[in-house]
Amino acid sequence: MLTLDRVSKVYKVGTFGGKDLPAVRGVSFEMGPGEVVSLIGESGSGKTTVGKMILRLISVTTGRISIDGTDIATLGGDGLRAYYRTVQGVFQDPFSSFNPMYKADHVLGMMRRQYFSGLADADWLAKVEASLQAVNLDPGQTLHKYPHQLSGGQLQRLLVARALLLDIRYLVADEIISMLDASTRIDVLNLLGELRERGLGILFITHDLSLGNYISDRTVILRRGNVVEMGATAKVFGNPLHPYSRMLIAAAPQLHRKWAAVAAELGAGGGPRPEGCLFHRLYPPDRPAGADGERPTLARAEDDHFVGCVRLDGEGACS
Amino acid sequence: MNDPERISSAVPVGAAAPDRAPIQPAAPAPAPRPGEPAAASGRAEAVGRRREILYFALRDRKVLVGLGILIVFVAAAVVGPLIRPGDPDAFVGPMAAAPSREWWFGTTTFGQDVFAQFVYGVGSTFLVGLFGGGLAALIGMTVGFVAGYRGGVVDEILNMLTNVVLVIPTLALLLIAAAYLTARGVLVEAVFIGLTSWPWAARAIRAQTFSLNTREFVDLARLTGVPSWRVIFGEIAPNMGSYLFMTFILLFGGAILIAATLDFIGLGPTSGSSLGMMMYNAVAWSALQLGMWWWFIPPGLGITAIVGALYVMNVGLDEIFNPRLRKM
Ligand SMILES: Nc1ncnc2c1ncn2[C@@H]1O[C@H](COP(=O)(O)OP(=O)(O)OP(=O)(O)O)[C@@H](O)[C@H]1O
Ligand SMILES: [Mg+2]
Repeated sequence: MLTLDRVSKVYKVGTFGGKDLPAVRGVSFEMGPGEVVSLIGESGSGKTTVGKMILRLISVTTGRISIDGTDIATLGGDGLRAYYRTVQGVFQDPFSSFNPMYKADHVLGMMRRQYFSGLADADWLAKVEASLQAVNLDPGQTLHKYPHQLSGGQLQRLLVARALLLDIRYLVADEIISMLDASTRIDVLNLLGELRERGLGILFITHDLSLGNYISDRTVILRRGNVVEMGATAKVFGNPLHPYSRMLIAAAPQLHRKWAAVAAELGAGGGPRPEGCLFHRLYPPDRPAGADGERPTLARAEDDHFVGCVRLDGEGACS
Repeated sequence: MNDPERISSAVPVGAAAPDRAPIQPAAPAPAPRPGEPAAASGRAEAVGRRREILYFALRDRKVLVGLGILIVFVAAAVVGPLIRPGDPDAFVGPMAAAPSREWWFGTTTFGQDVFAQFVYGVGSTFLVGLFGGGLAALIGMTVGFVAGYRGGVVDEILNMLTNVVLVIPTLALLLIAAAYLTARGVLVEAVFIGLTSWPWAARAIRAQTFSLNTREFVDLARLTGVPSWRVIFGEIAPNMGSYLFMTFILLFGGAILIAATLDFIGLGPTSGSSLGMMMYNAVAWSALQLGMWWWFIPPGLGITAIVGALYVMNVGLDEIFNPRLRKM
């Protein structure tokens, strides 16, 4: 079980790190094996930051990320290597994920050196080919090429293949579909579905609502670093409670509708409901904080469906 | 629904297979193709790139000219002492003789052979450049890489150290050192230069490392569990190979110039000879006023030619490493 417990990240920006930039604020969710959780949010909402914190590439400012009860911040050396055997990621930008000095299969070579140094050449090659096959890549066309000689989609799939070399249990997939054309996209989506069947937990980071809806069991909607709503995908999409998610879902491009029509509808009362903040109706501001002095950021609206305050900061009264 | 529930990390997980299933794709592994080696390390790639750079380097006129001049001087430093063996400072010839067939570069006021001093001095000049520049490059790269890669507190401490060394008045330090170290060789001078001339290199390398560090391939290496030192030398450093090489060349030339200056103002080695000390002696014994041009022209020209050749090479290498500047 991969657990995020009130995880926050504050970047230090400006000269001498004088200014704080909160990128993620008190995000909590869990991901089990065989479960696809989609993390949806607009650009700059902190999705990549959450993913990189899970992969321990950046530190958490406050809060705790743990795997099966172990805080990952305490891992080091062999413990970290063992963690990376279980949890892997694919990054958003395939072009920047490859070192331009080396051929593209350098990313596989590094894997071999770290985890399969005892493997014979033939066995290793078989393993690589099986991995490449799984993502629909032709080894002859992709190995021994420089990154700039491959397309973004090929590079992206090579990164997925790299992660599959290990027997991972969780995969952080940061916008891995956006680079692909429609047919490859279906292939990769189906691959993810297949991997889920085998027990892989996937954090599917995307800004594309329909993709999130298509693939995930649970949905987390992020806005400016806050979770505004989360829960079972069917519930979040079927009955969005937070005005922001409602707006997002209404505004998702639909094949049979023009944006102008949607905008008119939103303006005519399809947008934020007048009745105020559901979170504060469920959790009145004057109610005392919990046992450990922390105030919750989400309130439970129904089984497996949670909603945050209408105001993003979540402090004080909002209605 | 009126009873609000406190949630921190409390989303129940949906139906899930709790046990760990193998995720390895089950696609049948095809037989390895003949003639297609395993996706292996970057050694072969690095060799290919090196060969490409060598190819362009050997076609670049600036590099060839610079290299040619350097080779001539190195040859002089190696062969010269064989032609004129013995102590270069020995009083072997007539006093203040102009260049002749016997004394190629003439002799000093005291009858020392200027040619012997010159070839010996060229040797120690290269020694100072190599050791002084090499030491400065080593310190500068280590500090720059570590500061840029680690960031945070480590970076701040190393930055402070860099700034301190940057503002230390080198000359004052050397005056103090000269008072205590009564016997100084060329190597001591080289070490001193190396210990004080690295800060600008450290700063430049730190800045480059900083910017490369945000690239995702560095994250990917870390995600593979690659140790820090290998991320630095295997992923970051190759991306600034040309830059590192040029840094070394500039430090090399800089060390030679600093040494010549120190020698010229009398803070040079107490033993051995160098081009800077030849000039110091020539001026001290009024070679300029006496019209003994053969005493100060060779060392002056030698220093200028060696440092100039290094800088010309540097400009040429810029064109080679940066494909956009290449003349195709
Ligand atoms: N290394 C960093 N230093 C400072 N600020 C950062 C850094 N990385 C991200 N940020 C800031 O944190 C916020 C969240 O960034 P993040 O990359 O997580 O967004 P995102 O949701 O992944 O966006 P996108 O959909 O565009 O990829 C942004 O405002 C961004 O400017
Ligand atoms: Mg992102």
